[in-house]
Amino acid sequence: MSRAAFARNAWLVLAVLAVLFSLQFVLPDYQVLMATRMMLLAVFALGFNALLGYVGLLSLGHALFFACGLYASGLTVYHFGWGLPAAFVFAVGASAVLALLIGAVALRTIRVSFMIVTLMFAQVGALTVLYFAAWTNGQEGLSLPASARVADLGVATLDLTDALTRYNIAYGLLAASLLILLVYLGSARGRIATAVRDNEGRTEMLGFNVFAAKLEMFVLSGAMSGAAGAAYGLLFGYLGATFASFQYSIEPLLFTLLGGAGTLLGPLVGVLFMVGLIDKLSELTTAYLLVIGVVLIVLILWFPKGILGTVRERWLPWLM
Amino acid sequence: MGFGPYLLLATLEGLVQAAVLSITAAGLSLVFGVMRVVNVAHGEFVMLGAVIAWFTASLLTGHPAMGFAAALLVSPLLVGAVAFASERVVLRRLDYNPEATIVATIGLLYILQQTVLLVYGPDARPVDPPFYYTIRFPWFGYSAYKLFVIGAAIVIMGGIWFVLQKTRAGLVMRAAQYDRETAQAFGIPVDRVSAWVFALGAMLAAIAGVLVVPIQQAHYLMGADPLLLSFIVVIIGGLGSMSGTVLAAVLVGLSDGIISMMFSPTLAKMVSTLLVALVLVFRPNGLLGKAAR
Amino acid sequence: MKIRSGLSNLSLPRRDVLKTIGGAAALLASPAVIRPGFAQEKTIRLGAPFHRTGIGASYGRWYERTANAAVALVNEAGGINGMQVEMIVEDDGTDPKRGSELIEKFATEYKVDAVFGHLFSHVVAASAPRAGELKMPYFICSEASLLGAGKLNRYTLQPGITDVRSQVKAMAPWIASTLGKKVTMIFPDYNFGHDHRDFFSAAIAEQGGEVVAKIAIPPTETSFTRYLPQIAPETEVIYHVMVGPAVLTFVKELGDYLGSQRPEIFGFIDSLEAVDFSTPQLSFLDGTYFWEANPRYAQAEQTPFDKFYREKVGVDANGASTADPKDISTYSHMFSVWETLFAIKQGMEACNYQGPANQKDLILAMEQITAFPESNEHPQGAKVFNGKLHQVFGSQCISKVEGGKLVVAHRTSVEDGMYESDVDYTKMDL
Repeated sequence: MSRAAFARNAWLVLAVLAVLFSLQFVLPDYQVLMATRMMLLAVFALGFNALLGYVGLLSLGHALFFACGLYASGLTVYHFGWGLPAAFVFAVGASAVLALLIGAVALRTIRVSFMIVTLMFAQVGALTVLYFAAWTNGQEGLSLPASARVADLGVATLDLTDALTRYNIAYGLLAASLLILLVYLGSARGRIATAVRDNEGRTEMLGFNVFAAKLEMFVLSGAMSGAAGAAYGLLFGYLGATFASFQYSIEPLLFTLLGGAGTLLGPLVGVLFMVGLIDKLSELTTAYLLVIGVVLIVLILWFPKGILGTVRERWLPWLM
Repeated sequence: MGFGPYLLLATLEGLVQAAVLSITAAGLSLVFGVMRVVNVAHGEFVMLGAVIAWFTASLLTGHPAMGFAAALLVSPLLVGAVAFASERVVLRRLDYNPEATIVATIGLLYILQQTVLLVYGPDARPVDPPFYYTIRFPWFGYSAYKLFVIGAAIVIMGGIWFVLQKTRAGLVMRAAQYDRETAQAFGIPVDRVSAWVFALGAMLAAIAGVLVVPIQQAHYLMGADPLLLSFIVVIIGGLGSMSGTVLAAVLVGLSDGIISMMFSPTLAKMVSTLLVALVLVFRPNGLLGKAAR
Repeated sequence: MKIRSGLSNLSLPRRDVLKTIGGAAALLASPAVIRPGFAQEKTIRLGAPFHRTGIGASYGRWYERTANAAVALVNEAGGINGMQVEMIVEDDGTDPKRGSELIEKFATEYKVDAVFGHLFSHVVAASAPRAGELKMPYFICSEASLLGAGKLNRYTLQPGITDVRSQVKAMAPWIASTLGKKVTMIFPDYNFGHDHRDFFSAAIAEQGGEVVAKIAIPPTETSFTRYLPQIAPETEVIYHVMVGPAVLTFVKELGDYLGSQRPEIFGFIDSLEAVDFSTPQLSFLDGTYFWEANPRYAQAEQTPFDKFYREKVGVDANGASTADPKDISTYSHMFSVWETLFAIKQGMEACNYQGPANQKDLILAMEQITAFPESNEHPQGAKVFNGKLHQVFGSQCISKVEGGKLVVAHRTSVEDGMYESDVDYTKMDL
């Protein structure tokens, strides 16, 4: 990618971040709450897209990493009374290590087998949450006590029951994730990853370690998903087995495909549309998950590039 | 209760599970074998079969066996039709690209499940078994219908074997499985065979659904477990290998029955799922499968 | 679409982009888009997160019907403090995560006056902390003993139904003296079931009995035979309580397993709520006993209040819908929604409630209530309300299955179920 194109992408990301920051001053209460959730889910989807969009690996088990972050942070707070920043850092680390282990095994498979293997590992994760109910409280889950709803950062304390505080923390996480990905993808290592996606055989022949490149991205992806899960658990104070379920593996896929796999901002766009749509539909019908099925099929049949992927193809070829 | 009777009950429960599982997994295996696609919506066909069985049985008054027999006929036909249509409308257009097909069948999963929720509602509803009789062992009673399910599974699996090995249709399917291009060159309409195979796989799932509904009741979320277990069975048995599938179904059903009873059902599922993930990684063709083409 | 054009066309002044996005969001957000005409006049808005789907769906359906009937009745009689009552129902999928998110939605989007109608205890356990945090009066229609354990908060109250601890305390003496003292318990493996396990074990020990086996079953289980060999051979009484879509399977498999030489069986009607008794496989239940809070079958000595309530909700003398005799109600639980709504009304009238600014007054007024007399508003029976504990106490029925119907054999007094507790929610921050 040319330097000019990179600069354009950087400006675009900064502009989007500026808009997101100012939204907190105009949105009504409930939308602030929704936007907070959306930004965290967008971080999750960004992590997913790092894998699907830039190395071409479709995981059906990313709920595993989201739930790992959620539980690693929440349980250390709940059982051991850790401070929130320490718990968060620990959770991101734990998710990265888990991703390293799972990736080292799962990346030995390709294509369909990779999808099924990741699906199976996530299923084991969901069952683990239920099996160790003595710690996780199973299906019922745990609510973090009021005393744990305050983050002590040394210089300042943050009250997580405050909606705008939560918004800005989620915003900060999203901004950090976008910038990390931007820099990573712009770097030499990032270009190896996309080379793997575009032609694995040729990349290998050129002397690059394809497995290492894949594993590196898998770990980054897992850590990012874990960070999203950790923030979700700590900000909203609830840990439950629902977060480890199959649906949480499908949602980032849906967000990414809709927004455009392999576009930096695609997952964010996908989340904005899908989460908003699901929330509105749930007021009209109990069968609102129908929309997940319909959107998936429509996308895969007629719109495989997603929103930003199409925008890139037609109008803005420089989009990352 | 002593260990002997305990083991007997565990074995019976395991066999019933193996019976239902082998029919379900046979459908999944057939679709994978011939079409080389993984159908994530397979569990929903089991659910759809059970739900249609409820509708059929509740429309017919008279002896429960009438309703059950009708369901055994109507349910697979309707489910097969749904599958046929989705194959034509969706999967064919994707040219059976494996990844795209998985995503599409996930979509199909949600569409089927949520449509049933809309039409049938969120309740679990029972279908009467064709007959009601309890076999008395000295230590416990056991529903005779469950033993009937085991028998029915043996008959159906025999039927599948016969169709695949002894009929022209089976020959065509095996040819398509063995080598798509060559089969095409020999004038086999592989494209149309795919649609029929997809429908047939779904019909097997529907039959499993009908057989299980007098034991379990029909519920819109009942598809998840059969899907997971069939995956396990098909992968352990070797993707696309029918005899491997049956063997794995018996193995998984029995071990699940016994581990669940001795330890915990959650642990049983965890162990078999993890095992399967590892089989896929280290023995990609399954324990019994031949090398993939 | 507007968001997309906003992103791809950055030459627009930022203020406009903001406005466009904000406008689009506000348009999507405004409930008025979907419910025109609601925001006009002043109403009492009650958030009702019912279990429309998930494992609590059969309860949810009947909770909603009962609540609709009660709201219609209140509105016919002029509403509350001259304001009509408007109920906003959303489905929580019997999922704790969505339950807690709905509390946020009710508080921040709909800005309701109170939330009521949660039943399943795992949903309550996850939702109550959010209600407390958001200072939203939260009326539960559950049975789990979360309030009595001091685990909830100032904003959570249960004025409509007795909790498990009280239920089993009231009935244990009868079970020990009539059925037997060696008990095997079968219960769902989450906190509602654990309450049964813990409180009944204690209550039967007080009567000189003991629990000889405890069989915990995951609430989403669909196959039960494999658990049943854990029933201890010396068992005199099987105590079962099960929830979820597979309850009928559970009871059938229990029948198959036990055959005719069964011990005494005492079940919570939860195991057969919304299930028709006239199924051949359930004939083994003849002569067994069930707990009911409110008798499903109209009894010989039916009160005029029960008659009134049945008629308004649309339930016949067999506990089925008057529109469809196969649609069996969750009769033993759903009265709690009805009674809770009238309790809210009583509290709101006592503090002359006018709107969300009075939410604290509502909590204070509720804490002042001491009793609910048996009436059309409280058809299940007279109740005592403990304002410190935020929990109501009522009477329980033990019914015998006779010819496929439940006949009340014993009715406990309200005092039988009272227990001591040093929990005092009135001391917590408001």
